[in-house]
Amino acid sequence: MIKLTKIYTFSSAHRVFNPSWSEEKNLEVFGKCSHKNGHGHNYTLEVTVSGDTIDPETGFLISLSEIDNAVNDQIIELFDHKNINIQIPHFQHTIPSAENILTFCWKQLKPHLPQLQRLTLHETINNKFTYSDSGKTLTQ
Amino acid sequence: MITITRKFHFSASHYYSNPNWSEEKNLQTFGKCANKNGHGHNYVLEVTLSGEINPETGYVMDLHQVTELVKTAVLEELDHRNLNIDVTFFHNNNPTMENICRFIWKKLQPILHGLQKITLWETPELYCEYAE
Repeated sequence: MIKLTKIYTFSSAHRVFNPSWSEEKNLEVFGKCSHKNGHGHNYTLEVTVSGDTIDPETGFLISLSEIDNAVNDQIIELFDHKNINIQIPHFQHTIPSAENILTFCWKQLKPHLPQLQRLTLHETINNKFTYSDSGKTLTQ
Repeated sequence: MITITRKFHFSASHYYSNPNWSEEKNLQTFGKCANKNGHGHNYVLEVTLSGEINPETGYVMDLHQVTELVKTAVLEELDHRNLNIDVTFFHNNNPTMENICRFIWKKLQPILHGLQKITLWETPELYCEYAE
């Protein structure tokens, strides 16, 4: 089994809150992540593809430009330098937690990158989240 | 079960080329990596081993021994070398990350009990994991 990982970054604003809750409850559950005007992160996204065969003509598992095109079109263009809550329709009714962002990225990317095996989203240097083919979202 | 990982570093030059292709096709497929004068990387190699803790030492494996084996079997052949010219394996295999991982695995697997995986970072944004 061979896995290849390429790392991308995007900078986005978001606010983590539940619109059905009071301001007090949001503050209690989400803390400063619920501040009314939002905040931002430099996100890092690790995109891992896997396979069993190295192309004997190129020495590649998969062409890197194939990964770049899929990730740039399906994820970076949507997220980079955007406000996730306001500018991405999916997050107008889904809380833009790292877990939900990661799940959204998987659903966007997998149809365009069938060899996708794992996505890891770093929200800060202390928090990272991984989604793999078994469908589980793990907090690390 | 526990896994332990030791990192190693080596610096090498390479270029990508399929000798059966035209210069145009090589440039189209490999881009600037096809420059025949070569370019270089500071590679980072992670060697991951798995096993049980030896109750006498507290070790899964003596990392001093692992270090000597990896240095002798792999680093001496790759470090500060031109992979395309100096390493026989790459006379017939493009020295991509994937093939370098395959080369390193074939060298280490027979001599390093408990080898679980190797990870090779070509740049801070690009790495390959290999296991058989």
